[in-house]
Amino acid sequence: METINKVEVKELAVFYGNFRALYRINFAVKSNKITAIIGPSGCGKSTLLRSFNRMNDLSLNARVEGEILLDGEDINAKGVDVVDVRRRIGMVFQRPNPFSKSIYENVAYGPRLYGVNRKSDLDKIVEGSIKQAALWDEVKDKLHKSALALSGGQQQRLCIARALAVEPEVILMDEPASALDPISTLRIEELMHDIVKQYTIIIVTHNMQQAARVSDYTAMMMIDDRRAGRMIEFDETQRIFTNPKDKRTEDYVTGRFG
Amino acid sequence: MTRFKELIARNQTALSARRKTVNALMLSLTMLTTVLALIPLFWIIGYVIYKGTPSLNLDFFIHLPRPIGMDGGGVLHAIEGTIVITLLASVFAIPPGVLAAFYAARNPNTTLGIALRFGTDVLSGVPSIVIGLFAYAVIVKPMGHFSGLAGGVAVGILMLPIILRTTEEMLKLVPHTLREGSLALGAPEWKTSLSVLFPAALNGIITGFLLAVARAAGETAPLLFTALGNEHYDIGQIITSGVAQKQTLGTILQRIVDQPVDSLPLTLWKYAQQPYPERVQQSWAVALVLMIFVLLVNILARLWVEFRKR
Amino acid sequence: MLKYIKLLPKDHWLSRTRRATGYGDIPWQALLISSSFLLMILVLAIGVMLWNSSADARHQFGLSFLLPTSDASWDPVNNQFQAWPFIYGTLLTSLVAIVIALPISLGVAVFLADLCPEWLRLPLNWLVELLAAIPSVVYGLWGIFVFLPAFVAPVGQGLFDAFGALPVIGVMFAGPVPVSGASRLGAAFILTIMIIPTITAVTRDVLLAIPSSQREAALALGATRWETISQILVPYGLSGILGAVILGLGRALGETMAVTMVIGNSIEGSPSLLRPGYTMASVIANEFAEAVTPLHTQALIEVGLVLFVMTLLLNLVARFLVWRVTRRMPQEARV
Repeated sequence: METINKVEVKELAVFYGNFRALYRINFAVKSNKITAIIGPSGCGKSTLLRSFNRMNDLSLNARVEGEILLDGEDINAKGVDVVDVRRRIGMVFQRPNPFSKSIYENVAYGPRLYGVNRKSDLDKIVEGSIKQAALWDEVKDKLHKSALALSGGQQQRLCIARALAVEPEVILMDEPASALDPISTLRIEELMHDIVKQYTIIIVTHNMQQAARVSDYTAMMMIDDRRAGRMIEFDETQRIFTNPKDKRTEDYVTGRFG
Repeated sequence: MTRFKELIARNQTALSARRKTVNALMLSLTMLTTVLALIPLFWIIGYVIYKGTPSLNLDFFIHLPRPIGMDGGGVLHAIEGTIVITLLASVFAIPPGVLAAFYAARNPNTTLGIALRFGTDVLSGVPSIVIGLFAYAVIVKPMGHFSGLAGGVAVGILMLPIILRTTEEMLKLVPHTLREGSLALGAPEWKTSLSVLFPAALNGIITGFLLAVARAAGETAPLLFTALGNEHYDIGQIITSGVAQKQTLGTILQRIVDQPVDSLPLTLWKYAQQPYPERVQQSWAVALVLMIFVLLVNILARLWVEFRKR
Repeated sequence: MLKYIKLLPKDHWLSRTRRATGYGDIPWQALLISSSFLLMILVLAIGVMLWNSSADARHQFGLSFLLPTSDASWDPVNNQFQAWPFIYGTLLTSLVAIVIALPISLGVAVFLADLCPEWLRLPLNWLVELLAAIPSVVYGLWGIFVFLPAFVAPVGQGLFDAFGALPVIGVMFAGPVPVSGASRLGAAFILTIMIIPTITAVTRDVLLAIPSSQREAALALGATRWETISQILVPYGLSGILGAVILGLGRALGETMAVTMVIGNSIEGSPSLLRPGYTMASVIANEFAEAVTPLHTQALIEVGLVLFVMTLLLNLVARFLVWRVTRRMPQEARV
């Protein structure tokens, strides 16, 4: 399968007021692959991730320069429907954040927004998404119980199911397993392998072993002396971890600092 | 896989437009309600200024009331009464309020601490007129007459929960390192509280006190049958006649508080219902004075908080 | 006395306290604890006083004091006291006030919590607080001379024209509409204005306490701001919002001066919203200082007792609800 660029980032810079948080990021995310973004704390990984679904718009005085192309079209262009962008690019957060509703209603929330109302349609979508998130067997008998009663790992998989329910094209994951125990973490990593055939995944992680295990491509970020985040290297994961080009990358992945 | 994309493709543009319209509509609606809620504020302030200002003159502040038709009457009795009642109320409310707050701040999880917070909440919800009834039963009835003392007690009870709550919050804001530092030096608990915690929280406590005073000064209901009102209340005269008759300080003080006393809101209430336009005029002026006072105290408290943040 | 403490056995509570604290701490602690007790006893004392001081009236009238009989009357001259007209007046005006105030307060709270631009936040919050700081008598004065003639009278007339002749609900809009506007409607409107700050402030705090991760989850799925607020946030904070409403109701029930000045103070036979009426707080305010007989005084105190119990119960329920919702939320503050 030829690998095309699902998302291309060109000269991206993000400002909060006068403070530059990201400095001229350039890279491309390949379709149906898992791309990891790594780097020490505070280097702007999350800011970069949140640019993809325009969640930075919610922050005070946030301003974006440069382009982020989804299938060739800039998501920051004038007149672009941000609601549609967010449907096509879904997000899973660091801490599970299910709504205070039933398991069923959590997953059905997205489709309902877009006008899917019939019970038969919703049932199918909910079941399909929860199965994709490898959660079905555990919750199929209690779909109408509160989502808050699930364990942390289950809640996170529920959030993944919720994101999958609106059939996004790209899934952003912001340290999705950092709040979970090792077993739940592994389950989520298996999950990622299973669903990447249908989606493009971008994951931010501070866990280098995870990045090495899970991703096809890795982007290394660091903060410069003006506290702006920069991408210092982007390559296939194999190469980043065994033969990085930049000394800073090498220091980081070998654990010499960070 | 589901046919989600097909499901939604059909009506997406229309639905999307509708969702956006609803969004914009609802957001403007919330703005509208905000404006609506604030209209009465400006309406009242505007009218009080408009109707009250003509009657504000020096006489208003330094003279006792004069009979209808005579010029130069004022509301000195009410101003003095308000001051006396507020002072009394503060004396009654501050010591227990502040002390109990010390306890509540240090022991939020003991039975007494929880009960205290609970009791304060309940007390703050009791209608002020019911508190007036209480003061009547406890002070007016046994003493046999209405008095400023009873009014002070009633208003004091009103101020108590406010003072306790704000003091407690301020004490909690003091960094625990301050307290631990003092204890580590060997200072006993009570000295730490008085010399270290209290000064640190003092600004906030004063703010809370100011707000409680602003509230107390505007209260009428609890005074209706405790302080009752007194058109001839004149502290200056009490003091001079007392000195002339060589009365002790205690007797003079007693004469000041142990008789019916008026207050600004009480006067407003009485004058507003009288058939004489001059009296109604004066009640607008009293309203203006009250509003200015309340506004000033609020601004002061607000500025104090901002100033502290720097 | 301190030296005698040394003579006590080592595990006596007094000597343990003495070792743990330091001299002077015992009087200090005693002071704190007695102040705390004082405060709690106060509430009990108020209830006990009300109960005792209305004893004769309670025994004489029993339950009929409260019952909504159609000929319930309040007649000091003939020592006939029934409180139903006042209970009705209080409940009607307060409930109407809540119905009108709720949507407005929700709108303002949503605006203040989620939609307001940053620079406007502090001034707006302060303005809403200011509404709450205006003394009740000032509201009443403005009410009598400005609000009633300019707003309540025409609205009352309009309601009468529109609904007065209809079956069933026409009873609630029966006339004649007082020219001055002094009516239960006027009291309801003024109460609305006065309780909006209460409901708004608590609702706003509840909304602000909801973790921002909830907002983010909804927005990331493509929800609009309004959809996030109405479908996720408000349901999440619902019991807290309910608590806010009940707090507002409690405030409305006890409001005295402004209501007394605009409600007309008449023991009206008609249940109509547009006619003058009377509330529990108003009758106490108007009649207590000049009560005709001891029984009259007692009956008024019994009215105060009813009011006290009502507001007490509401307060408890409200605090419980607000506590329940803010306790459920994780400790992460709004970013």
